[in-house]
Amino acid sequence: MDALILTIIATSIPLLLAASGELIAEKSGVLNLGVEGMMLSGAVGAFGAVLWLGNPYFGIIAGAISGILMASVFSIFTINLMTNQVATGLGLTIFATGFSGLAGAPLVGKTIPYLPKIEIYLLSDIPLIGNIFFKQDLLAYISILLIILITIFLNSTKPGIVLRAVGDNHNNAHSIGYPIKKIRWLATCFGGMCAGLGGAYIPLILTPHWSEGMTSGRGWIAIALVVFASWIPWRIIVGALLFGGITIAQFVGQTRGWPIPSQILSMMPYIATIIALTMISGRFSKNKSIVPASLGKPFVDVT
Amino acid sequence: MIVFTPRNKISKNWIFLAPILSIFLTVILGGFIFTFLGYNPGETLYHIFISPFTRIDRISDVFVKACPLIIIGTGLIFCFKANVWNIGAEGQFIIGALLAGSFGLLFPEMDTKFLLMIMLFIGFLGGALWAFIPAILKTKLNVNEILVSLMLVYVAMLLIDFVVRGPLRDPMSFGFPLTKAYPEGALINKIPIPGIGFLGQLHYGVMSIFILVPIAWVIINKTLLGFQIKVLGSAPKATSFAGFKEKRITIIVLLLSGGLAGIAGVIEVSANMGQLQPEISFGYGFTAIIVVFLGRLNPIGIILAGIIIATVKLGADNAQMAIGIPKVVTGLFEGILLFFLLTGETLQKYQIAWKKYGS
Amino acid sequence: MKKILILISIIIVGVLAYLFNENKTVTKVSSDISTSTKVGFVYLTTPGDHGWTYAHELGKQQVENHFGKKVITTVVENVPEGPDAIRVIRELAQQGNEIIFTTSFGYMEPTLKVAKEFPNVKFEHMTGYKRTPNLATGNIRFYEGRYVQGVVAGLMTKTNKIGYIGAYPISEVIMGINAFAQGLKSVNDKASISVVWANTWYDPVKEADAAKVHIAEGADILAQHTDSPAVLQIAEKNKIFGFGQSTDMSAFAPKAQLFASVNNWGPYYIEKIEALRNGQWNTGEAPDHWTGNKWGGFSTEMLQLSEFKNMPDEVVKKAEEVMNEIKSGKLKIFAGPLIDNNGKEILPAGKVMDDGGLWGMNYYLQGVDGKIPG
Repeated sequence: MDALILTIIATSIPLLLAASGELIAEKSGVLNLGVEGMMLSGAVGAFGAVLWLGNPYFGIIAGAISGILMASVFSIFTINLMTNQVATGLGLTIFATGFSGLAGAPLVGKTIPYLPKIEIYLLSDIPLIGNIFFKQDLLAYISILLIILITIFLNSTKPGIVLRAVGDNHNNAHSIGYPIKKIRWLATCFGGMCAGLGGAYIPLILTPHWSEGMTSGRGWIAIALVVFASWIPWRIIVGALLFGGITIAQFVGQTRGWPIPSQILSMMPYIATIIALTMISGRFSKNKSIVPASLGKPFVDVT
Repeated sequence: MIVFTPRNKISKNWIFLAPILSIFLTVILGGFIFTFLGYNPGETLYHIFISPFTRIDRISDVFVKACPLIIIGTGLIFCFKANVWNIGAEGQFIIGALLAGSFGLLFPEMDTKFLLMIMLFIGFLGGALWAFIPAILKTKLNVNEILVSLMLVYVAMLLIDFVVRGPLRDPMSFGFPLTKAYPEGALINKIPIPGIGFLGQLHYGVMSIFILVPIAWVIINKTLLGFQIKVLGSAPKATSFAGFKEKRITIIVLLLSGGLAGIAGVIEVSANMGQLQPEISFGYGFTAIIVVFLGRLNPIGIILAGIIIATVKLGADNAQMAIGIPKVVTGLFEGILLFFLLTGETLQKYQIAWKKYGS
Repeated sequence: MKKILILISIIIVGVLAYLFNENKTVTKVSSDISTSTKVGFVYLTTPGDHGWTYAHELGKQQVENHFGKKVITTVVENVPEGPDAIRVIRELAQQGNEIIFTTSFGYMEPTLKVAKEFPNVKFEHMTGYKRTPNLATGNIRFYEGRYVQGVVAGLMTKTNKIGYIGAYPISEVIMGINAFAQGLKSVNDKASISVVWANTWYDPVKEADAAKVHIAEGADILAQHTDSPAVLQIAEKNKIFGFGQSTDMSAFAPKAQLFASVNNWGPYYIEKIEALRNGQWNTGEAPDHWTGNKWGGFSTEMLQLSEFKNMPDEVVKKAEEVMNEIKSGKLKIFAGPLIDNNGKEILPAGKVMDDGGLWGMNYYLQGVDGKIPG
């Protein structure tokens, strides 16, 4: 049983990482639909770095940097040049898919060592729990740490509150004197870093090889997760585990002969996301300010 | 630092200059990239931009490729003008084609010359139905339509996969995921040109561009509905003063765009495939969003933008055939072109000025 | 403003003129070599998939090595299985390619459409079943390799549980599962196969997940009918065994890959191009032949097994013996009595299933658990 739980966790972590970054970007009012592209860049960057430098930990750094670079491209166009975020995000995915394929062409057919597991002293010896929580790789610990830090950041720190203010009403925030563009740049780059890490997790931990388009649409699921979580960080963990769990449940169901068509099962997370969105946005919800009000709208600096 | 200030009036020069400048910059940057990768830049750029226009059948294939993009894009104009962000056209396209196709396959006795008409109608309803979900959620419960429409794309993809592999699979296909071939009356024929025969894949469906786009233009520019859509988009608060219902318009634009995406789906499948298969859309719904922005939310602009995008896609294949340049390189190039074209829009709306810090 | 406009127009005209000029030299070069046979290939993905398309790429390279300057090959990769395929295939035909290989099942209708328009061009569709006088089909008897996999798996397994990952429940995949089961049963009647459908040909993470589920459920040998090396990498990590798909994947899993069934398209391509050059090209066997005018396995070298590794010598010996028996025709994989996993008799003793029967398989034979979805 714990083998299945570990599998669910492992398949969820790329989603968890990418979604946490996208959450911060969206909280600042930036809807970056290029997550898939940034994940691919992170994956190819991480794989290339490990192949070149030998140490898997360089993969983490390279994945993060690759993601940030792609996010910078997005930032230049959407924030400085005020292009439409939806179209630019789609463009970024096209661009980054091409870029990663090109950069990764010499890497095809090679393999790298796994990122090692870190056992936490004593805690890892606890039956069941020890295996699941305290015998993970560095990126898995980082992903949980990120969620905790993001929660604290958004709720209890001044920069976090400023970030939310920018996402909720950039004109008001601007009139108070906050540097909207700078804040959005940072938030977008943080999103890129996390997406890069999420992409890096795939060749570093899950399947240590590179091939074109190996993220197979996980970036889009990450975007869905942010919505599913209604922009509340800890709910991303629940959502990621749910997405991962459904994939694994499909396979387990098949080996044990459950009679549900796998496509119908695969639809569930998306339908659940729509329902979750309805619950938080609609009249069922007391708190109407969950969705960042300026999401997707370009900020025009009228000076 | 560089600052942008809005232009009072959109400059006539820039309307033409901006896209030309964007393409020009892409050509230069692309040229450098191709040179860096060891390809002859002139040759590569020739194949990408010019070769699709060097034979009449290639030109007609550009239109065939652009056709679904332009039809979907025409629908999206209504949404985007009203500030309603439907990014689920991919799903509406699929559902339209799926419902219409299922009708054609399940009622073969309907095989008359009216079958296609009925299917187009069902396709419109199907696409509109899929768009009605975000519409009703947005207007009744204030749910964000960007995300709902995006989620529904995945539901639609899985739905057609299920139907084609399951209930509608042709029993004679050795388990391969294909439905039976459409009955004769459900197909859209290629256009015979006297003396030449057929031009590539040019089919009657392409004609619909020249019907739908002018209608869209008239609705937007000459009707009350068009006026209301524009008011809703530019000044949502003014709509209540002007005495019409914001919610009603929101629903109408979503239904229109969903319906047109559905029609595009029916045309694409009836003209080019002749049966349903697990994948029918190949990202048209998403590419159309880019087309709409490149076309500046203008029906005529969208025709041009659709042609540009189709040209680059065809050109990429031609470049590969001629000089073996891999698809990834042309993907990269396409991304750069999009970025520059989108920037062009900014230059159209804003003036650039150099300003010292703190001033 | 006007001056800028004029300036830009001049530059653009200049660039265009330069571009057109470039092109003239290109056409000159290509007319010099028009005496060679022009061969077109259409790929579903890129050779970087290291699986299906890569195997076709290797076949194309064999063609180039064999014919040298006598052929000119043109490749288009990443062609979606829809209207783009029609356009690309037509363009290849129009550019004077005399024979065009389309290398995925989904190109069946597009190839058929274009073949009707160009009666003088020869078309070769891989893995399909529709033919015309100028459209031949070729396929590999993938299932022969899977029988050998079953034999090796049966001798190597300790838990008697085999985890099988299929892409989609189509005849071709089911045939492979049943062949595997026949091989397994021939050496080990206690072992059984558990099948999981990934519903994708290519998604490394998902394939890896399916592999992990199999391992958690107790499998110690993995077999795959999906394209990425992910399954083998999971086997390697968990110190169990698996089989490579389409190409030799031992680089990804040196300790886990027992052997790979290698799709060797080269001999078929060479044979058909040679025939075309000699004016002998035809669609081959009888038109009512089920899957292809040519459906080749071990005996035609279209299916090969990579080196047997990570197994005891006696298993290697048995595997080689079985392979040679299939090759010589002595061993019939689907010989009666065949009984499905519900106990129903499919084929009585003494009979051998014909190719049509293989393509009609919509049942699991004994030794496979569960039932086929849909």
